Amino acid sequence: MSQHYFMSDDVVVPTLPTTKPIRLLSEAGRPVTGAQTAGFSMPDSDTLLGLYRAMVLARRFDAQVTALTRQGRLATYPSALGQEACEIAAVAALSPQDWLFPTYRDSIALLTRGVQPAEILASFRGDWHSGFDQREHRIASQATPLATQALHAVGLATAAKLKHDDVVALTLLGDGSTSEGDAHEAFNFASVWQAPTVFVIQNNQYAISVPFSKQSHARTLADRAIGYGMPGYFVDGNDVAAMYAVISHAVARARSGGGPTLIEGLTYRMEAHTNSDDPTRYREKSEVADWLGRDPIDRLEKYLSAAGTLTDEVRESIATDAEALATATRDVMNETPELDPLELFDHVYSAERPALLEQRAFLAHELAETESDPAAEHTEAEMAARA
Amino acid sequence: MTLLDETTPKTAGDMVTAGRASGALPTAPSASRPAAPTSTSIAGALNAALRDALAEDPNVVVFGEDVGPLGGVFRITDALNAEFGESRVWDSPLAESGIVGTAIGMAMYGLRPVVEMQFDAFAYPAFEQITSHVAKMRNRTKGRVTLPIVIRIPYAGGIGGVEHHSDSSEAYYTHTPGLTVVTPSNPADAYSMLREAIRSDDPVIFLEPKSRYWSKDVVALPVQTAPMTRAVVLREGTDVTLLAYGPTVKIALQAADLGAAEGLSVEVVDLRSLSPFDDETVGASVRKTSRAAIIHEAAQFGGYGAEVAARITERNFFHLAAPVLRITGFDIPFPSPKLEEHYLPTAERVLAALDTWEW
Repeated sequence: MSQHYFMSDDVVVPTLPTTKPIRLLSEAGRPVTGAQTAGFSMPDSDTLLGLYRAMVLARRFDAQVTALTRQGRLATYPSALGQEACEIAAVAALSPQDWLFPTYRDSIALLTRGVQPAEILASFRGDWHSGFDQREHRIASQATPLATQALHAVGLATAAKLKHDDVVALTLLGDGSTSEGDAHEAFNFASVWQAPTVFVIQNNQYAISVPFSKQSHARTLADRAIGYGMPGYFVDGNDVAAMYAVISHAVARARSGGGPTLIEGLTYRMEAHTNSDDPTRYREKSEVADWLGRDPIDRLEKYLSAAGTLTDEVRESIATDAEALATATRDVMNETPELDPLELFDHVYSAERPALLEQRAFLAHELAETESDPAAEHTEAEMAARA
Repeated sequence: MTLLDETTPKTAGDMVTAGRASGALPTAPSASRPAAPTSTSIAGALNAALRDALAEDPNVVVFGEDVGPLGGVFRITDALNAEFGESRVWDSPLAESGIVGTAIGMAMYGLRPVVEMQFDAFAYPAFEQITSHVAKMRNRTKGRVTLPIVIRIPYAGGIGGVEHHSDSSEAYYTHTPGLTVVTPSNPADAYSMLREAIRSDDPVIFLEPKSRYWSKDVVALPVQTAPMTRAVVLREGTDVTLLAYGPTVKIALQAADLGAAEGLSVEVVDLRSLSPFDDETVGASVRKTSRAAIIHEAAQFGGYGAEVAARITERNFFHLAAPVLRITGFDIPFPSPKLEEHYLPTAERVLAALDTWEW
């Protein structure tokens, strides 16, 4: 029997994570010491300030897009309000050559990685399925079928390993998606192949309306890691310092050939699932209010202010940048995108198909007729008015 | 597994290759593989195609269940693990969604994965990855990300397989825009079409008729037959066009022989490509003969034959002398081994169906 190519010489013997989440910053913004840090150290102040800035920008963007959605500018928008620590820490822990595999809720992760608002929101405004260049940003299209993207990440990381490239693939998952079979398959394939990959589960405690207690009977989702032979970490997902420290450690481990890591960040979805959801039907206002007191930006702000890193001047400068981002987002979303219906046929296959060309010609003819027939336009306007 | 040792007797149909029938010539023999015509099975031709693709392109990788040291349950990947090593040909965990899902990530990174679904019905766990991602990635990224993945699926019955080992699942894939779905019926096509599928920038569902794996032709490899997206007229005739693919091509050729004995001139078209459908070749044949019948193993209702009959009728109605017929499996789950002979289309059933026309 040949030696398995992917098998690492160092067999990892993982242990169950603690049920008390790893934390570096208390909810009051004070540094945590002792066992709850699990040996992780506070990131330096420059790093923390960078994380703070990114979180503030992300929150302003998220709020702006939610507002635009309510005004009807977007078809839908799944908000990540309250989850900024998980989202921003994951992106910040990656190097430029690494890949990110996000879900539909992770738009602020794309923003933080440098994707332009109009490109992020293309699919949510309804003008094309994925508005950005995956290869340019090294970000996969936001996955809607839950947990499917975790397998893509494992495959990409494995391909990079086969080519001896220094690339790590990080997957963002939600708590609900861990019930999908693909989550299990991804964790298992990653561990068997020792793929350089990191799974970050944002446990925001709701899958649309279904609470976490109906999703899993395990103590924590991080507990699953031991069953796959990989390390698992249960982290305070509203503590960006802890999330950044743990994810960075996992990324470094993957980069050095140590294989995959499963990280669960315990956080909370402050907004509704999307604009079409009504959370008053399934959760108490007091629960939301309770989580307001554990806000990830608020606690870092307290810490950085007390440390003297975040001066009024810096805070104002960041707030100004956030407003500029919101204005730019509003402006671009107020533009009406130019769409060519005939492009629908252009990207289905690399080679032309006669039957598709026939259908394209049919649509082209229909479009031309509508354009040249004022009566048709009139009828359409009437129908729109009636609708 | 007993079914692996089963052999299929050589028939007249086995002697016809698409390459010869279409007039395509074999490619120039490579230095490493002098083109000496030898008796080659479909299984052997597929194995050779994988070997040559692996040797030619370092980005080609082969993985799936049991494809490593065992060489696959049908031995299609025989000896490839030993020849190319674990980094090119390897056994994956037993999870079809995982196999296709990881192939997507590999293709995004520039590899050209060729993955094996062990049996038709075992591919169903991968259905979401195939329909939601493999088929749509190019479109949803405006052509920026293509997925050059080949998903090999042994399909159809006739091997005495127990349940879940004999499905004809082609319509699930042909109904999915973004996929190319092809199926060879003979060794020369098996080699040529698999090489072309691996070179394709688009994902290809490569359906292998498992009852035909051991049927042989004298073929000089490497061979290049007609493009994989085109149908081929295997046998010319003037009275009726029989359309078949994969396992039923042999049935069509047998029916043509039987028909000839009764004075019926039968044209046999091997569709080869189920998506895209070669309207041009099929239309030309139907306009010549004025009559058409499609043969497949899959159930009739909503089956591939329904699309074929509709297309032929829509495009050639005034050339038709009779309704397009379908000779297919019944609308029941695939039967148990001892009963499958009553389900599978036969040459006799084909001729009986043709007799229902008013000639």
